[in-house]
Amino acid sequence: MAQQKKKKPGEGIGLSPQEYQKIAKQAEPKRNVLMNGVRAYLVGGLICVIGQLVQTGFIEWFGFEKKEAGNPTVAVMILLSTILTGLGVYDKIAQWAGAGTSVPVTGFANSMASSAIEHRSEGFVLGVGGKMFKIAGPVIVCGTVAAFFVAIVYMIFHPELAGGGK
Amino acid sequence: MLLKGRQSWEYDHRPVILGTGTVVGPFEGQGPLSGDFDHIHEELSIGQDSWEKAERALFEEAAQLAAQKAGLSMNQVQFLVAGDLMNQIISSTFAARTLAVPFIGVFGACSTSMLSLAVAAMLVDSGAATYAMAATSSHNASAEKQFRYPTEYGSQKPPTAQFTVTGAGAALLGKTGNGPVVTAATLGKIVDLGVKDPFNMGAAMAPAAVDTIMAHMSDLNRSPDYYDLIVTGDLSKVGYQLALELFAKEGFPIDKTVYGDCGMMIYDYGKQQVQAGASGCACSAVVTYGHLLNRMQRGELKRILVVATGALLSTISYQQGESIPCIAHAVAIESGVN
Amino acid sequence: MIMDFVWAFLVGGAICLLGQLMMDVFKLTPPYTMSTLVVLGAIVDGLGWYDPLIEFAGAGATVPITSFGNALFHGALQELERNGWVGILTGMFEVTSAGISAAIIFSFLAALVFRPKG
Repeated sequence: MAQQKKKKPGEGIGLSPQEYQKIAKQAEPKRNVLMNGVRAYLVGGLICVIGQLVQTGFIEWFGFEKKEAGNPTVAVMILLSTILTGLGVYDKIAQWAGAGTSVPVTGFANSMASSAIEHRSEGFVLGVGGKMFKIAGPVIVCGTVAAFFVAIVYMIFHPELAGGGK
Repeated sequence: MLLKGRQSWEYDHRPVILGTGTVVGPFEGQGPLSGDFDHIHEELSIGQDSWEKAERALFEEAAQLAAQKAGLSMNQVQFLVAGDLMNQIISSTFAARTLAVPFIGVFGACSTSMLSLAVAAMLVDSGAATYAMAATSSHNASAEKQFRYPTEYGSQKPPTAQFTVTGAGAALLGKTGNGPVVTAATLGKIVDLGVKDPFNMGAAMAPAAVDTIMAHMSDLNRSPDYYDLIVTGDLSKVGYQLALELFAKEGFPIDKTVYGDCGMMIYDYGKQQVQAGASGCACSAVVTYGHLLNRMQRGELKRILVVATGALLSTISYQQGESIPCIAHAVAIESGVN
Repeated sequence: MIMDFVWAFLVGGAICLLGQLMMDVFKLTPPYTMSTLVVLGAIVDGLGWYDPLIEFAGAGATVPITSFGNALFHGALQELERNGWVGILTGMFEVTSAGISAAIIFSFLAALVFRPKG
């Protein structure tokens, strides 16, 4: 089958990076996009249903208006996610559910809680405080910057809305 | 003469592996090789209050076990050649502080096991040391924390990802004695074919492994059937597949021997969720010093070539869009009485 | 009322599915996926489509991270309408204050109570 080509010392592999990357791509096991999608949909939908339950609870039992109930709902979801993260359970669910656990706000809370818990060994100031936003930081920065530019573009189209002092 | 060819050493005095120490974490203790390790810890924390301290504890234990089994004490050892995955190789340096032994720190990422063994063997063979120890360690949580995400973060690992072994492996070498002998080594050069995905290290490292194996055969004028077994350190499923393809493309007759990979041996794919397989400095170390040398002792293997593979990226290089340069170091171990 | 829950499930699941496709097809890691979705949320709200989505999907639209982008833009817009251009800066975190404050405080408390398990 294969004959040994006597290579000059140091000659190395005769493939270019492009050629190699092509065969590397083909060797990658195919992700089960369908299965992952179904799982993400189910778990993500379920988490949103739990959120809806909590929100309804705030409206019915605590007398919140529909508009205001969003805030305490988010806080409760964050609390739940933080507890599951601390118990070491959230990451296990996430391996199965993928985006179903990282896309809801629970994923955001998990990113902060897990960073805080992990870096406690470096102390509360530099560890917990300094590294809490390791994963959540990009989300906050991108969201803020995006909202800024969207607001600017919005005002270019609706200049009459800028009120108060110019 | 020690130097052979372009990048290899042949150890005329055949340094003996007088003792080895292999310690692992609970997950590795659930794998198929659990019977080959000296000590299996039940807690990932190893009774310490940080992952970094846990890794250190494993390292110290493995080193002390190796000395013990060789019938020596650490203060008889001239040099400890060691490294690990942590920034500034703190697992090795802090363990060396405890072990109070002159320390030669090396960095080869997951190729450290054979890099340190090659250097330690060179020291003993050339008379630069009477006894030298090679050691390395890795810890799943400390590696995840440094290179990827906090351990409790919920991210879904892709099928190309590998699971870092929690463990430490040490080998004590001397000029004379009973035990398997180190006969040759090939130090690899850095090979980078442009793979950028840190979740697919196997693909990044395969070319380095193939490059070093071919260089070894060329330098020492051997062909693969000289060895009963050639293993790579931690290419795992994806990298192993690519290595076979590369061997085929280069016309290299790897089929003349048995070719395996430590990363595919240490875990049970059916019961343990490890995606492509194992990685980490300790992977090749504990599989070689534990499992493979046990097989050699039982007479199942006479000559093996262990090719540990490492990915030399940092979090910064990756974030700056660089590809992953890799390296592989090969050491030939043979059974024999000196 | 039951329909509220059905829509929450259907819409929330769909947004998560979008995130999963970003990860599997476009090979984005979670920080990149979440950041993209936040930006999307801000843009969709800028186009005026996110509020109606919240109207009929409820938590299906407020729970996913896209609503964070929506809330940031909303806050900026509110203050903009009230106080002019400086409002873009002063109003940004008004609506999201609950979420961010809760996340910081609960994460800190978690670090006090829990140890990482690996």
